[in-house]
Amino acid sequence: MTASDPILSVRDLTARIVSRKQIVDAVKGVSFDIARGEAVGFVGESGCGKSVTARAIMRLAPEGTRVELGGSVHFDGQELLPMSEAAMRDVRGRRIAMVFQDPMTSLNPVITVGAQIDDILRRHTGLSGRAARARTVELLDQVGIPAPAQRADDYPHQFSGGMRQRVLIAIAISCDPDLLIADEPTTALDVTVQAQILRLLLRLREERGMSLMLITHDFGVVAGMVERVNVMYGGRIVEAASVDDIFRAPTHDYTRALLAAVPRLDRHGVAP
Amino acid sequence: MIMGASQTGDDSPLVEVRDLTVTFPARSRHPAFTALNGVTFDIARGETLGLVGQSGSGKTTTGRAVLQLQKISRGSVKLHGRELTAMRADELRRMRRHMQFVLQNPYSSLHPRMTIAQTLTEPLIVHQAVTPARYRERVAELLELVSMDPAIMDRYPHEFSGGQRQRIVIARALAVNPDFVVCDEPVSALDVRTQAQIVSLLHSLQEKLKLSYLFIAHDLAIVHEVCRKVAVMYRGEIVEKGSVSQVYDNPTHPYTQMLFDSAPVLDPSLQRQRLRMPPPEPATLAAGHPDSACAFGEIHAVSSTPAWHEVAPGHGVSCRYRPA
Repeated sequence: MTASDPILSVRDLTARIVSRKQIVDAVKGVSFDIARGEAVGFVGESGCGKSVTARAIMRLAPEGTRVELGGSVHFDGQELLPMSEAAMRDVRGRRIAMVFQDPMTSLNPVITVGAQIDDILRRHTGLSGRAARARTVELLDQVGIPAPAQRADDYPHQFSGGMRQRVLIAIAISCDPDLLIADEPTTALDVTVQAQILRLLLRLREERGMSLMLITHDFGVVAGMVERVNVMYGGRIVEAASVDDIFRAPTHDYTRALLAAVPRLDRHGVAP
Repeated sequence: MIMGASQTGDDSPLVEVRDLTVTFPARSRHPAFTALNGVTFDIARGETLGLVGQSGSGKTTTGRAVLQLQKISRGSVKLHGRELTAMRADELRRMRRHMQFVLQNPYSSLHPRMTIAQTLTEPLIVHQAVTPARYRERVAELLELVSMDPAIMDRYPHEFSGGQRQRIVIARALAVNPDFVVCDEPVSALDVRTQAQIVSLLHSLQEKLKLSYLFIAHDLAIVHEVCRKVAVMYRGEIVEKGSVSQVYDNPTHPYTQMLFDSAPVLDPSLQRQRLRMPPPEPATLAAGHPDSACAFGEIHAVSSTPAWHEVAPGHGVSCRYRPA
């Protein structure tokens, strides 16, 4: 809970996205900390800058664009923004890993799932072929994929959406990262599958003492998952509070409007 | 313009679906697959039926089969009391103006190279709904109907947000004055505040135009806000059906209960507890066998009754798919 030992400390982060057509100031001075082992939610609507903030930490630019970053991103004693690309590659995946929304497009369709994980393990951890496969099967087992040794030889299209998301989580945790950034990890999934993925993230986080940055537009997703919530709007954090306070007593008008718009099961509407 | 009311009594349902079954035939290594099995429901005039269930449960196939966009293997679909499944192609084409489709993704369902006016004029041409001289006037009317400025009609889809595009998609569905609209996940690609706006637009259009909706969604909370009646689908079958208050206050089928247990609640301490309970596993539900006694103690092979039981007036539940 305390910010005394943050694994990640972001100060006045700005991100300007430069594409052929336009220049957008997507993040306009964002500051926050994530402590070791802590889970922090980032909630806001599309275009609020939450995903750009996450990609800025990883120094990734949206396709076809260049991003100008400002401010500071301090991760476990290192300043990430001035780091060389080679050094950054070592941080990415190994120290900070990311899970994206769309499990369809994040995997290579023509390579078996096992081979994709083997490859990452060989590159990041230097494991040999056979050792890498053993670790791959172990990882698939940890994320709850039944018959992992057989499933490793299947192609992505042979997995359901929920199982594919489990594969991506297996890839993300393969190098034991200190921080996992999950960007809308359950948005494309059904409610029963969403519940399974959230339980999986919660369990992995507790077993590994991993920090979690959970990005979503859905307050229901952060409710049981994080200790603190940052609400983003227009490239800024407009409210930062503990998860209990955000739900009990939101102070910013925008947070209130967002919470009020969430459809609820316990409120009878005026349906014809 | 709207036929039907004169053809059948006003109290008969607008849409009557009976025993709708869709089987995809076996292909080389894939065995035959029953996508829909015995789906039965009614939708009254001006009413909304919500259809919930996980992806692959047959919700979209149901919408397509009702609209005759999907070949069916068995069953009956009546609109305005007229049987659609046996209709000749030209007759069916004329019936299409009474039934329309609003799809999930407002980004891919509008042609990027067509202006809004061109998009909205297309159904008018196909169905000869108004004379060419009136096209632009009708397009302006349609845009006003969905609360958009008619001045935008010569612009292109990429200039609009997801919510605005969904309004345009809805305007296109309404161009030919349908009575029945299948909405397939119409808000699931949108932010929550935009969702709320589209839901309220669908409500006001329903009131104004007396529309009937089949509202397909995987989000239980949205269905709760939009519908008065709801059907829950699992593996191609309706496993529970009733008014929203019956099903939401007293979910009776194990799969419905699983859905409700999975939906996140907006209460951090309660949600934390829920995430610590064992995860819902719909895969553990088994179909059961008609030769043995069902959960309600009936042997359906003997009584030759459908695997369906009324637990309250208007609230039915299937005895199939129970924990093994």
